[in-house]
Amino acid sequence: MISDVRLYLNRLLPQLIALCVIVAAVSLVFPGFLSLEIQNGRLYGSLVDILNRGAPVVLLAIGMTVVIATKGIDLSVGAVMAICGATAAASITSGHSLAATLLITLCVGVLCGIWNGLLVAVLDIQPIIATLVLMVAGRGIAQLITEGAILTFNDPGLIFVGSGSFAGLPMPVVIWLVFGALVAALVRRTALGMLIEAIGINRRASTLSGVLTPVLLVAAYVLSGVCAAIAGIIAAADIRGADANNAGLWLELDAILAVVVGGTSLLGGRFSIAASVLGAIIIQAINTGILLSGFPPEFNLIIKAGIIVFILVLQAPRFRTAFAFLVPARGARKPTERAAK
Amino acid sequence: MKQKHLPLTATILIFLVGYALCVAQYPNMLSTRVIGNLLTDNAFLGIAAVGMTFVILSGGIDLSIGSVIAFTGVFLAVVLEHSSLHPLVAFVMVLAIATLFGALMGAIIHYLEMPAFIVTLAGMFLARGMAFVLSIDSIPIKHPFYATLKGLYFKLPGGGRITLIGGLMLLVFAIGILIAHRTRFGINVYALGGGTATARLMGVPVAATTIRIYALSGLLAGLSGIVFSLYTSAGYSLAAVGVELDAITAVVIGGTLLTGGSGFVAGTLVGILIQGLIQTYITFDGSLSSWWTKILIGLLLFAFILLQKGIIYASRHRQQRA
Amino acid sequence: MQTSDHILQAIRIEKEFPGTKALDKVDFHLRRGEVHALLGENGAGKSTLIKCLTGAYHRDGGTILLDGEEVDPRDTFDAQKLGIGTVYQEVNLLPNLTVAENLFLGRQPRRFGMVDARAMNRQARDLLADYELDLDVTRDLASYSVAIQQVVAIARAVDLSGKVLILDEPTASLDAHEVAMLFRIVRRLRARGLGIVFVTHFLEQVYEISDRITVLRNGQLVGTRETTDLERRELIAMMIGRELAAEIHAPRPEAVQGPMRYRFRNYGSKGHISPFDLDVRAGEVVGMAGLLGSGRTETAELLFGACRADSGQAEIDGRPVELPSPRAAIRHRFGFCPEDRKIAGIVGDLSVRENIVLALQARRGWTRPISRAEQNRLVDHYIRALDIRTADREKPIRLLSGGNQQKVILARWLATEPELLILDEPTRGIDVGAHAEIVKLIEALREKGMSLVVISSEIEELVAYSTRVIVLRDRAHVAELDGHRITAHQIVEAIAATNDRRAS
Repeated sequence: MISDVRLYLNRLLPQLIALCVIVAAVSLVFPGFLSLEIQNGRLYGSLVDILNRGAPVVLLAIGMTVVIATKGIDLSVGAVMAICGATAAASITSGHSLAATLLITLCVGVLCGIWNGLLVAVLDIQPIIATLVLMVAGRGIAQLITEGAILTFNDPGLIFVGSGSFAGLPMPVVIWLVFGALVAALVRRTALGMLIEAIGINRRASTLSGVLTPVLLVAAYVLSGVCAAIAGIIAAADIRGADANNAGLWLELDAILAVVVGGTSLLGGRFSIAASVLGAIIIQAINTGILLSGFPPEFNLIIKAGIIVFILVLQAPRFRTAFAFLVPARGARKPTERAAK
Repeated sequence: MKQKHLPLTATILIFLVGYALCVAQYPNMLSTRVIGNLLTDNAFLGIAAVGMTFVILSGGIDLSIGSVIAFTGVFLAVVLEHSSLHPLVAFVMVLAIATLFGALMGAIIHYLEMPAFIVTLAGMFLARGMAFVLSIDSIPIKHPFYATLKGLYFKLPGGGRITLIGGLMLLVFAIGILIAHRTRFGINVYALGGGTATARLMGVPVAATTIRIYALSGLLAGLSGIVFSLYTSAGYSLAAVGVELDAITAVVIGGTLLTGGSGFVAGTLVGILIQGLIQTYITFDGSLSSWWTKILIGLLLFAFILLQKGIIYASRHRQQRA
Repeated sequence: MQTSDHILQAIRIEKEFPGTKALDKVDFHLRRGEVHALLGENGAGKSTLIKCLTGAYHRDGGTILLDGEEVDPRDTFDAQKLGIGTVYQEVNLLPNLTVAENLFLGRQPRRFGMVDARAMNRQARDLLADYELDLDVTRDLASYSVAIQQVVAIARAVDLSGKVLILDEPTASLDAHEVAMLFRIVRRLRARGLGIVFVTHFLEQVYEISDRITVLRNGQLVGTRETTDLERRELIAMMIGRELAAEIHAPRPEAVQGPMRYRFRNYGSKGHISPFDLDVRAGEVVGMAGLLGSGRTETAELLFGACRADSGQAEIDGRPVELPSPRAAIRHRFGFCPEDRKIAGIVGDLSVRENIVLALQARRGWTRPISRAEQNRLVDHYIRALDIRTADREKPIRLLSGGNQQKVILARWLATEPELLILDEPTRGIDVGAHAEIVKLIEALREKGMSLVVISSEIEELVAYSTRVIVLRDRAHVAELDGHRITAHQIVEAIAATNDRRAS
């Protein structure tokens, strides 16, 4: 058991170190960075702000991690956020109760996930292409719901989701903490995690071992849709309105980046939700850090590009060495396999 | 009819039928003016889409083109504002930068064996970041040479005009078609899309071809940026967001297989025209909302993916029986 | 001197892979204007030898002489320039390019810097005219049959190299008519003085086309003979490594009379395997013998539901059952170790533990995870029982040797406590020690009353543990041997007999 905990920490170590370095660097430039204070029973401070602002990307990254683990990708999450934000706003303004609104919105997210999942699992379309359809059409659908305008609302319940607080923490933080823990528990306390990894690494071997691959694939995209729905509700609640044009715009790329920073391979297989969440927080910490330390915010994108290049270079030689001692063995096997066909 | 022409034929048919329907409803749409505007308004997208066609034909993807367009515009605006360089010199400079940028991404994709998706994602962030660093404001370009260029057009019978940029797009498409089908490089692009391992076995220079593909895409994104700056007479770092998505969509609607290896540069032109037609129709209609554009294009995209899937399935089925 | 009539000589070629000696000082001489068949069962070293000749592998020792001069091809491209061209079973051309583009890729005729398509198409037509082909060379290669693609590949290889042509199982997916066309072309090339190496597992084709035969087995040269002097039965014996003279009656299990459990009637799938009848009793090992491509694997996949049956019925203990998917088969307590371990067996990045519990977990469903303690107990049990050599149970399976990987896959199925275990080439590509252990395991499982269906190319091995042997040929079950008739001699006879029937 102890060794399991140690393994777990080892897995998260690079991300934790990176986060610490960033926080330390920013607090050197901007001493007030680490300070926390409590006003009206609620924590305030830059660190809380990072957790709060990072909520949408964290949520998207949770779903994206599972999708990527199956050797897939979901480009539609930004658009699904917009659809779900619009749905929530439209539902609450047309007089539905908060509970009904949340339920409807989550169902819409599930539907989007089922659509993507069916294209991937049943029609066997490449994930990047399959989810492109909803990415292109999704924003139009969201605008259709809001009829082009920014659909504002003032239902206190829904606004609370975006800007309220619970136990001293902003609601979005509470939501992603709870949801992240739930999903992590769901995949790790059950056998889901292992089965998903098996599909991502070797779909044929998994099917032959009796794994219900199509259902699990659809489930992964559904989870991603649900994550996008929650992120969409938070984003809409935060600005008290649904902006079909800008809600979740390009966040799919941030979510993918968070998963990559979290160390999950884009080629599928082993995944860690905690690491992806850390990845999302790292990205947000850099954003906030740049803002606070007085650098022009324009540098943000350059730094993101820098992170990707850094990770690519970091992974590439490791890639090589990891394969170096496998090369002869692989070489030996491949030709006989080919001959066998 | 050859099977590989099926998606292209479908695209052309959809365009013609669509155009006929539009004309049936609004006879005014059948004018050279509308056609001229269609070309001018979509010139920058079309030029960038030619580069994207090559990238997709080779089995890759380039997410950076929108950012490169924005960068080019800002670069030109800043250079022309702060120096006395002639715009043509600035054009050459920015094209060189964009080409090198693309080549660098191609090299990383090939030598680090990283998915094009993530490498060009970094390129997308980098190019837009650089644009932001140059300026975050929208800078107007007031150089007289720009006014001269914008004044150039070819008059069509019926009052329509093929502007310089519209004509340039057609020229780029023509050259693109020549490169794709009449040069060794072009055929090597198709070869990579058919299978990198086999292409390498058959002697295709994989590294050089990959680098050139992304360099070409960079070059055309740069050219598209110049056209965009002529079109808007300004440079703005938030411009052309999401153009890569429109370009990818045009390429797929134009009948090119997103998995690479099959398709036509000419199809992309029709794909661009279909997108433009939908927009023009919605403008003519006046009562239809703009979001229908996206939904319709998404549906078209889906239909074409299904069509391609069906063709692949059918040909596999036939081969099995053969 | 020999060199005058030998176009290609490979002398004492050696190649070693970790754990196995793939080629052990193999000699191979190819004459000008001959078709030379290179034969051997899977893993014999045919592919490795060819890859050494074409530079796809770097040999560890030995010399290659081409036209009497020593050559050392760096890669297949280099070999092609030297004069050695290769055509594989899966056509190594680009299906999305036109026929002409495929023929002239990288060397298209040009005019004013542009590819001169008209000249290229004309040259392509001229080139193919030599091969009795009159095609529309502007069509995509994919629009033509595999046979024609194969000929185009040959035309390209010969045009580029011109001295030696290696045909690696070119006929595997062709019908009789197409094979005849291919052979006409091969004969014509032979008449032009090319040296042609022909790798195949269709023996009648060997007798039809080849002048000489070289047989490899376990990475060693068994011999090179003139085709006319080599009897078919003797050839098969060379391939499977048995001296017919030294026929021994191995001590073999008594035919068991356990209850009849599995009954398949008229079971088949179009295009994969002709309908067959199969009965399996409890405590019985049914061996499947046949050369590669005879329908052995297809039978196994059909039984397991990995491929859908389109005719016939399956019964278990007298009750009819449907087996539309592996999941359904697993519910009926079937287990299946596939032939291609890398592609269909192991889940490379997962640990030994996860690979072992995978099938059991999949059957229980994701909501009922096997506790870590239970997993560890189970895994430790099988690591000990099967003697799986691994540092610990958390090691990724891809880092294990082939034999240990195979044991892990076996453990995966044993953990599900199967009642019918289907093993497709369970001993392929693994070291001698693990080989013996797996054979012993098969016997132990049979004694416990399990039903097994085992496919193997090693006829000795089948004789040792089978209570019945089914012989397959041309994607059909053609003979069944039991009791005293299960001898290597009889099996070879059955395979050869069916060969004769086909040849006549």
